[in-house]
Amino acid sequence: MATAAVTAERENYLNKEYGIRSWLLTTDHKRIALLYLASITFFFFIGGFFALLIRLELLTPAGDLVQADTYNKLFSMHGQVMIFFFLIPSIPAVLGNFLVPLMIGAKDLAFPRINLLSWYLYITAGLVYLHCIVMGGVDTGWTFYTPFSTAFSNTKVIEAGIAIFIAGFSSILTGLNFVVTIHRMRAPGMTWSRLPLFIWAHYATSIIQLLGTPVLAITLLLVVFERAFHLGIFDPTRGGDPLLFQHLFWFYSHPAVYIMILPSMGVVTEIIPCFARKRVFGYSAVALSSIAIAVFGFLVWAHHMFVAGISLYSAMIFSILSYMVAIPSAIKVFNWTATLYKGSISFSTPMLYAFGFIGLFTMGGLTGLFLAALGIDVHVTDTYFVVAHFHYIMVGGAVMGYLGGMHFWWPKISGRMYPEGWGRLAALIVFLGFNLTFFPQFVLGYLGMPRRYWQYPPEFQVLNVLSTAGSTILAVGYVLPMVYFLWSMRYGKIAPDNPWNAAGLEWKTTSPPPTFNFEEEPVVTWEAYNYDQLPEPQEVSLER
Amino acid sequence: MSDSPIAVEQHEHRPELRHHFATVEQQRDSATLGMWLFLGTEIMFFGGMFCAYLIYRIWYYNEFAAGSRSLDIYLGTTNTIVLICSSLTVALSVRAAQLGKRGLVIILLILTLIFGLAFLGIKGVEWYDKYKEHHIPGSSFDAGDLVREYPQLHIDQSHEQIYFSLYFAMTGLHALHMIIGVGIFVYLLYHTWKGLYTPAYNTPIEIGGLYWHFVDIIWIYLFPLLYLIDRKPLR
Amino acid sequence: MFDNFPLWPVAASTGARNVDALYIFLVLIAAFMSVAIFTMILIFALRYRRRKGVHAEQIEGSMALEITWSVVPLGIFMVIFAWGAIVYFQERTPPRGANEVYVVAKQWMWKLEHEEGQREINELHVPVGRDVKLIMTSQDVIHSFYVPAFRIKQDVLPGRYTTAWFRATKPGTYHLFCAEYCGSQHSGMIGQVVVLEPAQYQAWLSGGLASGSMAQNGEAIFSQLGCPTCHRFDTQGRGPNLKGIFGKPVQLEDGRSVVADENYIRESILSPSAKVVSGFKPIMPVFQGLVSEEQLTALVAYIKSLSSGPSGAASTPTEPSAKP
Repeated sequence: MATAAVTAERENYLNKEYGIRSWLLTTDHKRIALLYLASITFFFFIGGFFALLIRLELLTPAGDLVQADTYNKLFSMHGQVMIFFFLIPSIPAVLGNFLVPLMIGAKDLAFPRINLLSWYLYITAGLVYLHCIVMGGVDTGWTFYTPFSTAFSNTKVIEAGIAIFIAGFSSILTGLNFVVTIHRMRAPGMTWSRLPLFIWAHYATSIIQLLGTPVLAITLLLVVFERAFHLGIFDPTRGGDPLLFQHLFWFYSHPAVYIMILPSMGVVTEIIPCFARKRVFGYSAVALSSIAIAVFGFLVWAHHMFVAGISLYSAMIFSILSYMVAIPSAIKVFNWTATLYKGSISFSTPMLYAFGFIGLFTMGGLTGLFLAALGIDVHVTDTYFVVAHFHYIMVGGAVMGYLGGMHFWWPKISGRMYPEGWGRLAALIVFLGFNLTFFPQFVLGYLGMPRRYWQYPPEFQVLNVLSTAGSTILAVGYVLPMVYFLWSMRYGKIAPDNPWNAAGLEWKTTSPPPTFNFEEEPVVTWEAYNYDQLPEPQEVSLER
Repeated sequence: MSDSPIAVEQHEHRPELRHHFATVEQQRDSATLGMWLFLGTEIMFFGGMFCAYLIYRIWYYNEFAAGSRSLDIYLGTTNTIVLICSSLTVALSVRAAQLGKRGLVIILLILTLIFGLAFLGIKGVEWYDKYKEHHIPGSSFDAGDLVREYPQLHIDQSHEQIYFSLYFAMTGLHALHMIIGVGIFVYLLYHTWKGLYTPAYNTPIEIGGLYWHFVDIIWIYLFPLLYLIDRKPLR
Repeated sequence: MFDNFPLWPVAASTGARNVDALYIFLVLIAAFMSVAIFTMILIFALRYRRRKGVHAEQIEGSMALEITWSVVPLGIFMVIFAWGAIVYFQERTPPRGANEVYVVAKQWMWKLEHEEGQREINELHVPVGRDVKLIMTSQDVIHSFYVPAFRIKQDVLPGRYTTAWFRATKPGTYHLFCAEYCGSQHSGMIGQVVVLEPAQYQAWLSGGLASGSMAQNGEAIFSQLGCPTCHRFDTQGRGPNLKGIFGKPVQLEDGRSVVADENYIRESILSPSAKVVSGFKPIMPVFQGLVSEEQLTALVAYIKSLSSGPSGAASTPTEPSAKP
């Protein structure tokens, strides 16, 4: 039965100090991770609320729930909030912040105060964006295409641009912290080839954050200047070129999608070995594929511009490169599947999310092949096909990976177990709700329903109704973990140091860990995923 | 180097050693790597503008040439020399710090600050000139003077405005980085004066120096790209 | 509400069938790969589920497998790429001799003008079985001309022309959508493409209040603006003789050579000093702000007509030059 145990608690990072100052001025990476957890969850629900309104409007062909201008703001802000204030920070800033030092045997990140600064930059950006929402919002689409954003929109483009600019710096500093930490702070014996693949994934993600985000920053800055001072850099009536904006924008925004997916691939690569009780199949392949995705991800940006007016020949180059970048992702899927072979598999909540991830990411990735095919892209770009594709990867992939990771490491983070029965139920609800929401959108896209449409021809209605129905189910699936995670903090079973008998240094310290992570600095003499040396765990309990 | 594991028991007690580091070397190497990575992000940041500059210079060469000629090459050259001298004083100050010569460090840091402020002052004069000539992009932009001065170039004013937009964006962002650099060096000056830096610990001066050199290098690129486009005598 | 519930878009152009063939191929590959992976995972999950006393077998990896499952997908991807590229090449290469329709997009409507002078708003009448080439520009922001039944889509940009083409195969009425978000009434910027039998199309053409063909309108504007003063056809004037230049290379004074396509003509009117023809002085006045988009397209049509007989079958280049 659940016990609110009143045992003499060991000192850990949660109870070491109390009071709001000890949280707002902390430099402990674990506390900062929780600060981020609270903030990104808040923005997830804001973005989710916008999504719900969008889906409600789309129940009927006519625009009858909100006005056109309002709808345009809803989808623009749904995208910006979800991407910049939820997805991009999510796993790195919560799970990465919490686990990177633990996994490599360090006491903290290389720059703890910069870590706190990252969070404050994120909060500042969030406040500016909230102010933008309250003052009327922005309606340019999350992509800010010019000249609409610079010379035609009547909404708070400058404020939104500034908010995202600031959020970008938060992202850059997190990436910088991770790279330096992974290079310089590994415990004795923790060589590169012994690192958990979660670390490799975050390393690759951080490289992208460092190199790509500054380009978005300067692009948004130029958009803000152009709008404020009526310049002409992107405005053809003043000698500028709208395609230049698109190139600069996508140069970041394509690698950004790898920032959003690589960390959750890292999460899945930790979960699967644990619940199959065997080391990852093809460690080097998985590690190098993360790096390959990061590198190739910078070479494919103009596949968002196949019908934008670029030349035939550059389109062909970007198409072929886009197929190259799909290969490392495919390699990961095959390696995960092979890891299951001759394993000893159990179906805990994290494992269910990992399975869901593989399935949905595979489908999303395969539909990427459609989009990379030039002849098809002409028909389906800017339609619901693309919307479905990226939601399969971002929601079916990244968010499921995030939730799986939250469940997997929740005992370590909070010292409590979440209720396993509810966890599995929520995973199932998310999976079903997700598919019902987004699969019909592939059909809608090929039928020709364009995206960002407030109203649509009646023959598209049935599929839209199915999609909206799915979204309500999905919403339930997302609310459940919020509720039971909070519940578990008070009533959940006390977690042992290593409830899953998982490999990894983070499991060799207490749940929750002490402030400086380890009683003694670990010395690593074993390979990663040493499941041959670890005992089988107890059966995962279904007790509430 | 510092990628190799560090012995467990070697936890030194030094006032500047932050507790999450095992040794001062680890701390210093982390700080240096961090600064180099940060400068990498800065290259990407300026890079977006260099990319826009590249494209528009190819398309609107005449307007870029005229705009370039309208800049004061003497002030620009002076600023370049000023910045190069400041990088010299910065490099010397790092060396002096390594040798523990606190007085010399202070003098060199003050000289650096003087050079930095001189640069900003001259930049301000140049911008004021542009303001008087109505070359600041925006509603009061007017490049009619260039149209008349270079009739053979057939200047399109909207294209000319793009040159000046990029001029102000690039030199403005650079100046902002200079101001931040001045702030950093005031901070370093203060801490040097307080005796914080020793031959064993002078990492902030080293990484502050890296930052300053980077800002200088950006200017070394900006100067020919903006000021020296087409200075040969006109036909 | 449930009257029509299509799951597949109608295919009403020659290109549509090409796109659908590739799409079906991809659907089969995707379905096969998904089913294969899901089945394998399902089988492993059941076959290797945790049992007392049975331990996992620690398998390091297999170079052979890594190579196989990298190279085989790569091969399949290259096939898909090549097929997609071929379809794309066809989509973006309008055939010679196509009927030309000029499109001007603005927030939030489509303005179309046939060569013969017919104007339409949010509707495009075309004959079945004939190639139709669209030459498009925007008056304000970026739009995108999308006809799902033809599987064509092309962004429409301010400041330049982009093209699309199709050959309709089935009479009927098909959706026209704007597919690039353009503000308030983006989802209202829709219309229809009406494909008629040739006889009906002729009837439609002659039924309207045509005020002359586009080329004729263009000729009138050409005169009104004083262009013949310099661009003479009888002797060498101060400007180049425009007869027969369309679609041919032009030598510029700075040594470059460009093809005189729609974008070149448009630029030369709005910003004449950008590309000055070799042997001429840059004295042409600037017409930026003095001509509307419709007048520009009429002038382009007129100059095109100078490169062919009066029938209008111009020797058009296949694609206005794209900026990188």
